[in-house]
Amino acid sequence: MFTKGTKRKFSDPGEEPASSGDPGPAAPSAAARTLSSSYSLQRQSLLDMSLIKLQLCHMLVEPNLCRSVLIANTVRQIQEEMTQDGTWHIMTQALAAAQCPADRLVATEVLCRQTDAAAQAGQSPKPFSVVGLQEGYHSEEVVMEGDVETEVTMSSLSPLSPQLSSASYLTGPFEVGPCWEEEDEEEDHSESSEPSLMSEHSRHPALEELFSDVDPSYYDLDTVLTGTPKMGPYDLLESLSSHGPTALSSSSSCRSDLNELDHIMEIIVGS
Amino acid sequence: LAAWCFSQVKGAIDEDVAEADIISTVEFNYSGELLATGDKGGRVVIFQHEQESKNRPHLRGEYNVYSTFQSHEPEFDYLKSLEIEEKINKIRWLPQQNAAHFLLSTNDKTIKLWKISERDKRAEGYNLKDEDGRLRDPFRITSLRVPVLMPMDLMVEASPRRIFANAHTYHINSISVNSDHETYLSADDLRINLWHLEITDRSFNIVDIKPANMEELTEVITAAECHPHQCNVFVYSSSKGTIRLCDMRAAALCDRHSKFFEEPEDPSSRSFFSEIISSISDVKFSHSGRYMMTRDYLSVKVWDLNMENRPVETYQVHEYLRSKLCSLYENDCIFDKFECCWNGSDSAIMTGSYNNFFRMFDRNTRRDITLEASRESSKPRATLKPRKVSTGGKRKKDEISVDSLDFNKKILHTAWHPKENVIAVAATNNLYIFQDKIN
Repeated sequence: MFTKGTKRKFSDPGEEPASSGDPGPAAPSAAARTLSSSYSLQRQSLLDMSLIKLQLCHMLVEPNLCRSVLIANTVRQIQEEMTQDGTWHIMTQALAAAQCPADRLVATEVLCRQTDAAAQAGQSPKPFSVVGLQEGYHSEEVVMEGDVETEVTMSSLSPLSPQLSSASYLTGPFEVGPCWEEEDEEEDHSESSEPSLMSEHSRHPALEELFSDVDPSYYDLDTVLTGTPKMGPYDLLESLSSHGPTALSSSSSCRSDLNELDHIMEIIVGS
Repeated sequence: LAAWCFSQVKGAIDEDVAEADIISTVEFNYSGELLATGDKGGRVVIFQHEQESKNRPHLRGEYNVYSTFQSHEPEFDYLKSLEIEEKINKIRWLPQQNAAHFLLSTNDKTIKLWKISERDKRAEGYNLKDEDGRLRDPFRITSLRVPVLMPMDLMVEASPRRIFANAHTYHINSISVNSDHETYLSADDLRINLWHLEITDRSFNIVDIKPANMEELTEVITAAECHPHQCNVFVYSSSKGTIRLCDMRAAALCDRHSKFFEEPEDPSSRSFFSEIISSISDVKFSHSGRYMMTRDYLSVKVWDLNMENRPVETYQVHEYLRSKLCSLYENDCIFDKFECCWNGSDSAIMTGSYNNFFRMFDRNTRRDITLEASRESSKPRATLKPRKVSTGGKRKKDEISVDSLDFNKKILHTAWHPKENVIAVAATNNLYIFQDKIN
C-alpha cells in the first residue's frame, strides 16, 4: 500500500514531497506538466477507493455525514487536479469508449455534472456535487418545532426505484439534487425485481415526469440511504462523460435495453 | 509529568468483546466523586469514589459501581427505515445543587436528563398496608400509628426527568451545559440548538450551516462547547479544521461568528488527506476559560481565545502516522474521532492514540509521555512504563514499530479528574483508572 498521495504543486516544480519514506512522484517542471506514472497511479487508486467508500453504506444505520463529506471533498480535489492536468477528460473518454453506452450502470454521480461539451472544450468542471439516491429512498424527516418540511417518501410514490437523473445512484452521500430534474433522461434502465439492486437499474421514463415538479430540496442527505450494491468505481465516472445537467449532453448515448440488465447481473455476480 | 500507576480496571477480560459493551463516552462530575461511562448498548454506568480506607490513608480510594441504568434504547425511524443507534455519544454532568445528581446523556437523536438519587431509608408502619405491601383489611385496624423512617440498604435510583427529542435531523455529536446551569446546547452535523433544562418541547436553533442545496455541502459541525464562565459564548469546530466562537447576545441565529480560528495550512505538507486530518474531532475550553484545545487527527492544539490566526501550542500525538495516511484512509481509521481533555489546573492535556496508547503533554515543561492501557500493566499500583514508537531505522528494545501497532485498539475517550491526578481511560470495553504515584 503506498503512502500518502502527494499533490504535485505547480509552484514548486523541483521540490520533492516532504514526507520521508514516501515513494511520491518526482515533480517535473510545471511547464511540462507531465505526471509520473506512479503518482498518477496513486492518485487514480485514491480516487477509486474514495468512490467505493462513497458507495458503501451501512444497511440500516444512517451513514456518517462527516465522513461522507470528507470523502466527497477528497474526490473533488482529485477531480480538480486531474482536470487541470488534462487527465480527467482522457479518463472519462476512455471509460466511455470502453463500455457500451447501453451498459452504463452509473452509480453515484459523485462528480460534477460536466457536460460532454464542457469536457471536450477542456473547461474545468464546476466543483462536483455529490448526489445520491437509491432505492430505499427516504424523505427528510424534520420534526423541528415550528419548522415543517414536507416529507415526501419516494418509495411510496412509485414502486419503481426512483433514479436520479441520468445517473442512477448508489448510495450517495448527499442529495438527490437538482440534477435529478435538470438532467435529461439519458438512460432508460430496466427495472429490477430485487430491491437491493434497484439502484442499479434504470429509471423508468415515467418517473421523471412524476418527480419533475417535486422540489429537489426534499431530497437531501437525510433522504438518502441505505444499502447499496457494490459497483465498480469506474461506473461512477461514466456519468461524467455522457451525462450533463442540461440539454447539452446528448441523450442518445444511453438508451437502455434489456442487455443492461444482463450487464448489471454480471457485475453483481462478479463475473 | 508525574509517574502514573495503575489503579483499577472495569469491564470484562474476554478477548471476545460484545459490541454493546464498547465504551463510547467517559466523564467525571464536577467534584470528581462520580465517574460516568456510556456504551454502545445505550447503558450508563456510574462509579463512585469510595473514601480512602482508614487503614491505608496513603492510598486513594477506589471507584466502585454506584448505579447502572439503560439510558437509551435502539429505535427505528419508520419514515426513513433507519435504525437509530442507542449508543451514548456524550454524557455531561450538571453541577450538583442538592442531594441528587443530574446528568445529560445523548444518543444520535435524543437527549435525556437523568436524576440519580439515593434512598437509604424507608417508611415502616403504614396503617393501610402491611409490611408486604398488601392492603390491610380496614376493619382490622384498631389503632393509628405514625409511620417511621427506618434505615435500609442503600439504593441508588436513576430516573429520566426530561426527554429532549425531535430536534435534530442529523446526528448529535456534542452536548454542553451552560454556566448559567439553566440551559445547554446540543450540536449535530449541521445545526446547534439551545435548550432550557426545564423545557422539552422547544429549543432555539442558534447555528444552522445547512446549505439550501445539499449538493453544496462541504463542511459539517464536529463539536461544540459552552464557555465555562461566559454563558453567552460558545464555540463549534468543523470538518475543515476551523473553530468559530459565537456570542449569543449578538443575534438569535449565530451564523456569523464573533471569532474565527484557523491555522494557515503548511503548503509543503499538503496532500489529498490534508483536509481530512485537519478535521477537528473535539474542542474543549480550559477550566480557566482563557484557552481552548482542539484535537485533529495527528495533533492537539491549544488556542488563546484572543488570537485567531494560529494556535499558541501544538502537540504531535502520533506524527509517525503521517506517512501511513493512505492506509489509514483505506481502513477508515483516518475518520476516528479522538477526544482530548485538560487536567484540573490546565497545566497538562491528555488524548488517546492507537494500540491502547494515550499521550499526556505538560504545557509548562513541554515534556510528553506515552502510556499504555493494557492488562499486562495492570498490577495494583504498578507504575506504568512509558512507551515509545520507533519511527524508522533501528528499533530499540522495548520500542514498538509503527507497523506493529494495533489500530483496532484505539483510545478515543479519556477523562481527567477535575481536582486530582486521577485519569479514566476507555479502551474498547474496559475502563482503566490510573493515578499518580503518591510518595
